[in-house]
Amino acid sequence: MKLSEDELHAYVDDRLDAEGRRAVEALLVQAPEDAARVAAYREQNAALHAAFDPVLDEPVPDHLRHISTTRHAPRVAVAAGWLALGAVIGWFANSLLTDRPHALLSFSRQAALAHAVYSPEVRHPVEVGAAEQEHLVNWLSKRVGAKLRAPVLTAEGYELVGGRLLPGESGAVAQFMYQDGKGKRLTLYVSRLAGKQRDTAFRFSQEEKVSVFYWIDGALGYALSGELPKADLLNVATTVYKQLNP
Amino acid sequence: MNPERIAEHIPRLRRYARALAGDQHAADDLVQDTLERAINKGHLWRPGSDLRAWLFAIMHNVFVNQLRSRQAHPVDALDEDALPAVAPTDGARLEIRDLQTALAMLSPEQREVVLLVGLEQLTYAEASHALGIPIGTVMSRLFRGRERLRLLVTGAQPIPALKIVK
Repeated sequence: MKLSEDELHAYVDDRLDAEGRRAVEALLVQAPEDAARVAAYREQNAALHAAFDPVLDEPVPDHLRHISTTRHAPRVAVAAGWLALGAVIGWFANSLLTDRPHALLSFSRQAALAHAVYSPEVRHPVEVGAAEQEHLVNWLSKRVGAKLRAPVLTAEGYELVGGRLLPGESGAVAQFMYQDGKGKRLTLYVSRLAGKQRDTAFRFSQEEKVSVFYWIDGALGYALSGELPKADLLNVATTVYKQLNP
Repeated sequence: MNPERIAEHIPRLRRYARALAGDQHAADDLVQDTLERAINKGHLWRPGSDLRAWLFAIMHNVFVNQLRSRQAHPVDALDEDALPAVAPTDGARLEIRDLQTALAMLSPEQREVVLLVGLEQLTYAEASHALGIPIGTVMSRLFRGRERLRLLVTGAQPIPALKIVK
């Protein structure tokens, strides 16, 4: 009698009663290849537990815990939150309803793209790390052609990771990257703009999962990108703006 | 349904998602979408039935949708560490010792079954229910998935997706 695949796997997964187990074991003695597979499959199960059980002990991130403890009622609260947020954005962006210049729109899109490409990088998120901050800022300033500064976002929970140089539509662009304690990253994209631009208030753009607040200040265009709620990103963008305009 | 009861299952949903999706970021996205859907569809859960199996069923649907949308919009950002770390050995054979890499090389359908049964210890009937497929299909995916994984881990199986140019 030959061992069926169903029985072999049920044996691996401990789904048989005592009698079934004995029957399978009797057959395995005569089938070394099947016995080797049983051993390998059991090792697989053990290896899966060894590799992934540690996830059970990881603290559940707040944003996940929050969803499951939010009842239906807060939908109203969420809506109220959006209204409040709208008011805040409106306050900052008194020109939000005016037409969005194409150049500026594409600027935010480029910033979002640069964020999407570089922020998941594990090994090479930046070209120059925060340890060499002075060199980083001087180098990027020289290449972009304007005096740049890397804002300090420690109070918002983000530390500078470093920066890199990127090609943009009107020349070199600087990207500063920040990271919080959980590895969540923000990028600040700074470009010297072609032609004379007038300063703008904050504008918001959503490019897939990446939220972007962008604005023009003097000769420079700034875009702060991150995969976080608008209100949180706005908070950080406000800090960046204030630091760059003390 | 009491949302706190769903919260009890988050650690296990995260464990399964991590093994299924490969990296923490994608896994937590999967968990997040699953939880949101579970909360919104809470009225569809039959009291007395297995809440965990129901949550796995929702996660399966979310996972399938994510795979579909990923195929429609290829991902821009490549995470180097998420790519299989393989090194050529003799001739056309590539050895994979890393379990996670090997898991990523199973088809998503096989990976789900291997993980639900081997890691989450669902019975075959529970897995069939969670995935919405007949039990015979669960078994055949389990046979193939486990065997493929065994061959990958022992290095007995070359990786068909990569061609070695001599």
